[in-house]
Amino acid sequence: MNKEWPLWEIFIRSKNGLDHKHAGSLHAADAQMAIENARDVYTRRMEGVSIWVVESKYIHASNPDEASSLYDPANDKPYRHPTFYELPDELKNM
Amino acid sequence: MKERINYTIHLADNALILGHRNSEWTGFGPIIEQDIAISNIALDLIGQARNFYQYAATLISNSTAEPVTEDTLAYLRDAKDFLNCSLVEQTNGDWAKTILRQFFFSAYQFYLYQHLQNSNDEKLAAIAEKSLKEVTYHLRWSSEWVIRLGDGTEESNKRILTAVDDLWICTGELFEATGFEQTAANKGYGVDVSLLKSDWMQKVRDIFEEATLPLPVETESQVKWFGKEGKHSEHLGYILAEMQFLQRTYPNSEW
Repeated sequence: MNKEWPLWEIFIRSKNGLDHKHAGSLHAADAQMAIENARDVYTRRMEGVSIWVVESKYIHASNPDEASSLYDPANDKPYRHPTFYELPDELKNM
Repeated sequence: MKERINYTIHLADNALILGHRNSEWTGFGPIIEQDIAISNIALDLIGQARNFYQYAATLISNSTAEPVTEDTLAYLRDAKDFLNCSLVEQTNGDWAKTILRQFFFSAYQFYLYQHLQNSNDEKLAAIAEKSLKEVTYHLRWSSEWVIRLGDGTEESNKRILTAVDDLWICTGELFEATGFEQTAANKGYGVDVSLLKSDWMQKVRDIFEEATLPLPVETESQVKWFGKEGKHSEHLGYILAEMQFLQRTYPNSEW
């Protein structure tokens, strides 16, 4: 039976103000079931306040073979990092 | 006091026996995600049972000086002393039967706990309020499964119809008050279960309609057993044999 159920990617927001983070994937027959399964699989220990689900087939991924052309050119350009700004202590999530 | 103790034990037994039944699915669920879901529901129910048993044990200890704990109530009573309704002890059957049993019972528990929140017994009210959040989810989860199976494939529809045939006769008992339930309702610490019937029927009607399932008719045979008075189907003995074996063979053994 599980071969017929599509795969879903699960995103959990751990508390208000933070982003949804990818938590993992699971099988479900439809979006509603995916949310409920995610609730049972990923939020049993109070991990979340919000759940997003998206069918895995709608995720388009970059090709690992193109990694060198995609990411390496950024390697020698430190001036793109905002490392010269001083961050105030109160700023926690940056 | 006897009535209050029996009423509390009845609430506990309902939760424990259905929790145990659901736990029989652990490792055998149709798919890992649903295996976890049904096991979670089992844990919720066993948690509710513990709360009620702990309270019952306090009541018994206060009135009789017998050394009673939640464990002696769960593990050392015989089938005739269990006051759960016959619905919860029915066999798991296939997924459809387990789902329908959960739906019938969660719908009942949902309306029961809504009223029990207003109990003049603070302890019962508090347990009901805490448990209601869990039951709300159980009801939603099982409702969606009933719809999915009823309005699914020819095979799933056939299976849930068979489940309706198997379980419908057990539902009448839910709304027929026994002696201790009547006393509990009269004294304001329990719920008059006959008042829950119209809400429950409406819920069943709504979900069955969406599931394209025909509504079963009420018949005399609906009240066949009366588990709440200790008159159980043959299934309860088997459950207790498995559940109580360890404590009875090795008394007081711990993890």
